[in-house]
Amino acid sequence: MSLAGLLIAAVLFAVGTYLVLQRMLSRVIIGLGLMSHGANLLIMLSGPGPAQPPVIGADGGGLPVADPLPQAMVLTAIVITFGITAFLLALALRSYVLTGSDAVEDDIEDRRISRAKHTAEVTPPLEVHEVAE
Amino acid sequence: MTWLLPSVVAVPVLGAGLTVLIGRRLRLQRAIALSGVAFVLVAAVLLLIEADSNGAAVAQLGGWPAPFGITLVADRFAGIVLTVSTAMLIAVLVYAMAQLGRDALDWWFHTKYLILTAGVALSLVTGDLFNLFVGFEMMLIASYVLLTVKTGPGEVRATMSYVVINLVASALFLVVIAFTYTVAGTLNLADLAVAFQTLDPAVRSALGLLTLVVFGIKAAIFPLFMWLPDSYPTAPTPVTAIFAGLLTKVGVFVIIRTQTLLFSQDEPSTLLLFIAGATMTVGVLGAIAQNDIKRILSFHIVSQIGYMVMGLGFLTVAGLAAAILYITHHIVVKTGLFLVGGLVEAEEGTGALDRIGGLLHRRPIIAVMFLPLALSLAGIPPFSGFVAKLALLQEGLALDRGIIVAVSLAVSLLTLFSMTKIWGGVFWGETTEPSVPAARGMTVATGSVVALSLGVALFAGPLADLATRAAADLVDPAVYTGLVLGGG
Repeated sequence: MSLAGLLIAAVLFAVGTYLVLQRMLSRVIIGLGLMSHGANLLIMLSGPGPAQPPVIGADGGGLPVADPLPQAMVLTAIVITFGITAFLLALALRSYVLTGSDAVEDDIEDRRISRAKHTAEVTPPLEVHEVAE
Repeated sequence: MTWLLPSVVAVPVLGAGLTVLIGRRLRLQRAIALSGVAFVLVAAVLLLIEADSNGAAVAQLGGWPAPFGITLVADRFAGIVLTVSTAMLIAVLVYAMAQLGRDALDWWFHTKYLILTAGVALSLVTGDLFNLFVGFEMMLIASYVLLTVKTGPGEVRATMSYVVINLVASALFLVVIAFTYTVAGTLNLADLAVAFQTLDPAVRSALGLLTLVVFGIKAAIFPLFMWLPDSYPTAPTPVTAIFAGLLTKVGVFVIIRTQTLLFSQDEPSTLLLFIAGATMTVGVLGAIAQNDIKRILSFHIVSQIGYMVMGLGFLTVAGLAAAILYITHHIVVKTGLFLVGGLVEAEEGTGALDRIGGLLHRRPIIAVMFLPLALSLAGIPPFSGFVAKLALLQEGLALDRGIIVAVSLAVSLLTLFSMTKIWGGVFWGETTEPSVPAARGMTVATGSVVALSLGVALFAGPLADLATRAAADLVDPAVYTGLVLGGG
């Protein structure tokens, strides 16, 4: 594995992690994209290194042929991440349409607990239709 | 038998394509979905029989020999879990069909359900690390879409956190794959087991820990479980029931597979036992604090995962056999409990304990179905949970691991307490106003799951023998590698 590649993957993961921890859904999705780029880059680096294209019959000039397996894996991984990112974007749009904001909402249970702390009295148990609707 | 192995994945995928092609013809869609899952069940039983007589059914896809092509392996462990899982898939499908129309499961439910079936089957039988990634993603993508059958604010918020955490786990899984390929130059599990024996122990344990984190997120072990009780209860009952029964257990299956095959140790793992104890304690304490049937049951999933990890933590034949027995029992009981919870919700319109009551007098059949499942979950004899827990405790005492045994007994008591909370809230108390009876198909499906759970208790002897044989294969990685590489 090349050190430069590893460093780039590390930076991608660091930036991705920072973005995933944000409240805005658009940033979370970009962060996930960066993280999977980092992972894909690591898979590309996992082969033995640069060499001739792995095509049977191509003239390699006696040079070694590159390992095709990481390339096949990275293609599969990219397609899968692409599909899920599209789904996430649709979900984020739906969330925006429903709530009018791009921010992730608080968990209902969390809100109940923080309310109980502020009012310093026992709040009534969670109404279930709040969860179901 | 080898030809059957790819078909447990191929048939549901083809069925899913067919349900899209025929469009909105409900009867035909149902017929395709049912026959697809039924085929997988028959195949799973045949594969289990084959595996038990020959050690394993092994298929090399495309005729490429073991380390080069993709290998599918159904050994005893995979056969047991696959059989129980598909039995539950059928029961829940029947339940969903009876509920369809009432709870507005949409037109493409059957398509997603068949993809989920294929994903679960592939994750269980694959013998290749990258193929495992593909199987997991199939299962997860189907589950993302199933969670958003209804797209209200609650569902969207819950699905969002579920998708994000799973996508982070998948990215980490890709990192594991990349590092594994770098150090070993192969991703075939059997080949890896051989290659890892000569690997630097530090690198090996680093990879082992990373793998544990990845599948720990998917299996919802401590401290990576927070997403589960948040996202599961919002989905419609059939979806929650099948998620509760299967998805986390596939994660546990992979943890057991990788920790025994690739990262095996000679002595009990204190780390795994600590995780097990913390998982069961935190899960059950969360369950006690809840007031809604589905939320209580969701926290119990987390708690019960702890027992399976406990069996793995012992890393002995008896410990692993107990874990396999526990998975078998738990898949059935947990699915059944969620189906009963769904029946209550369907009849009363809510799952909140303080708003229901007196169901015992109006619908005794629901109470009759709930009781054995709840007692089994808590581990009361003579139900199936007792057999599995007894096996765990015996092995814990034999290995002199008193703390984990004490913790697991205390957690069982608390489990019983939270089950009595459901019982008191739903079945006793003042009768609420008359309700709509649930569809008969839903009751029949739930009843058959209860019967299966009693069957697990009744045939505990032969099942325990089978689990012991499966565990013996797991403890010695040479068995697996011999079957895959030698038998190729």
